[in-house]
Amino acid sequence: MAKYIAKRVALAIVTLLVLTSVVFVLVRLMPGDPFSSDKMTPEIKANLEAYYGLDKPLAEQYITYMKNVLHGDLGYSMKYESQTVNRIIADSFPYSADLGIRSLCFALFFGLILGIVAALNRGKKLDFVCILIAIIGTSIPDFIMGSVLQYFFGIKWQILPVAQYTSFKHTILPSIAVGFYTLASISRLMRSSMLEVVSSDYTKTARAKGLSDFRITFKHQIRNAITPIITIMGPTVASVLTGTFVIEALFAIPGMGKHYVDSINMADYTLVLGMTIFYGAFLIVSILIVDILYGIVDPRIRLSGKKR
Amino acid sequence: MAEITKEQFKVVGKNTKTMESISRPNIGYWQDAWRRIRKNKIAFFSLCLIGLYVLMAIFVPMFSKYDIATQSVAEMNQSFSKAHWFGTDSLGRDLWVRAWSGARVSLTIGFAASIINAIVGSIMGGISGFYGGKIDMVIQRVVDVLYGIPSLIVTILLMVVVGNGVHCLILAMCCVGWIGGCRFVRGEVLKLRESDFVSAAKILGVPDIVIIVKHILPNIMGLIITNLTMAIPGAIFQEAFLSYIGLGIKPPNCSWGVLAKDGIAQLRIHPYQVFVPAFLICTTMLALNLLGDGLRDAFDPKLRGTE
Repeated sequence: MAKYIAKRVALAIVTLLVLTSVVFVLVRLMPGDPFSSDKMTPEIKANLEAYYGLDKPLAEQYITYMKNVLHGDLGYSMKYESQTVNRIIADSFPYSADLGIRSLCFALFFGLILGIVAALNRGKKLDFVCILIAIIGTSIPDFIMGSVLQYFFGIKWQILPVAQYTSFKHTILPSIAVGFYTLASISRLMRSSMLEVVSSDYTKTARAKGLSDFRITFKHQIRNAITPIITIMGPTVASVLTGTFVIEALFAIPGMGKHYVDSINMADYTLVLGMTIFYGAFLIVSILIVDILYGIVDPRIRLSGKKR
Repeated sequence: MAEITKEQFKVVGKNTKTMESISRPNIGYWQDAWRRIRKNKIAFFSLCLIGLYVLMAIFVPMFSKYDIATQSVAEMNQSFSKAHWFGTDSLGRDLWVRAWSGARVSLTIGFAASIINAIVGSIMGGISGFYGGKIDMVIQRVVDVLYGIPSLIVTILLMVVVGNGVHCLILAMCCVGWIGGCRFVRGEVLKLRESDFVSAAKILGVPDIVIIVKHILPNIMGLIITNLTMAIPGAIFQEAFLSYIGLGIKPPNCSWGVLAKDGIAQLRIHPYQVFVPAFLICTTMLALNLLGDGLRDAFDPKLRGTE
């Protein structure tokens, strides 16, 4: 187990290093630069470039930057005056994280219920309805989902607010928009995994012992069927977080996605770099944690890890 | 009761040549899959719908009297009418022709990116799985690292660097998109490499390339095609997403993503401008998902003859 964790951690570190380097180079290949504007004279521009260290050779810039990153300092934004990247991330990340967690909870809760209900009613009408929801859910891009929800709930029926992120009411529509796709894929996976469990021998044994349906479902079936869901939690966290990108713009939520897209359009080198590193590190670490947890939860993984 | 004697029996005809011949036409793997997909109503309908969309995308922009860029102040924001079947947008451009030229771009990107990804992924996965050893080590470490990086971020950054347009979109999507296919093909090849018919071929001295092309590839082709079908909606979605945040197709050209983006700006007053591209994107993705499900069943030899 220790070897498995060590291997995963090493891989995660290498991945982060590669990500940082690739992004560092890519950002500098971007067309345009952060200081170009009509009023800018060459002297001021040169001064600014010297101030941010952009006049030094690329290798030197890279080493300085990496040193700072290792100290947890992501540098100053080149567009927002006297704002550090750390500060911008600290201000905007809570919104994205909040939205992400809410939609993840929404997707998990309803996705699992749908999957379980579908599997327990296999071939009946209820199963059909659940499958239908799942297939439709995987076919609607989140920004379309968001705008349709906005139109019906916000504009036509005026039940829920269309934009901003200040109270619980405001969080409902964006969470559904972000989480719906995940909900659909979780329910599909849960259904097929439950179907396997339903026809297993230990379910028969439990039934033969005369246990109630409720007990069989909750104590025997769900606990065994839920393991595949844990495996996809890593990628799911990633997809939910990327989902917040567009939804933040659509619902005017001041989260990281909005800043990220803005910083790319403004060629704000340090902000793009900083956000990518933060975002990448967050995803990589969360996937790592999920994988290790999975190894702890399911002994079979540990054994196959040892064999290697 | 009369006695039955041997003389009462005679040989009515026994042709040893034709006796063992197969009387019904031989049905190959592909024919069988095609037959089963045709029987599966949902999958077949999906296939027809995608075919229809492709045809519309090719012919509507060719024969329409409007074009995608002509603006008309007199005909701004008109709803569905005889002159403009899908209405007009905020600049008075005909949405019927824009929707189908958008289909051209979106479908081209969806199909091209997924097909390139599938080919590159299969080759890399095939090499990695079949030869093993050092090559496998190197490819798998690269894949492991790339897999950990959120693909959307890399695609966004690549889009920023390589610029806008259809080719750039496809290029940016393919830089990281082949990894899924590579992992999956490698797994399948690893399984087949140990199978008896491959060992038999090796013992007979069949060259590696022939083993791969004649023995391994046909066995995983069905799975590759199924995966390909499932990957196309993802690519279409990614294009729409990139265009939506302003990194994809530039005006006056359009794709479904651009149309959705333009429509969302008008959502409060003219919601039909969102619903047209939304309907097209969703039905295409739905059809491809359902077709993928159908293909998976059709290519699965275990399910042969169960319907």
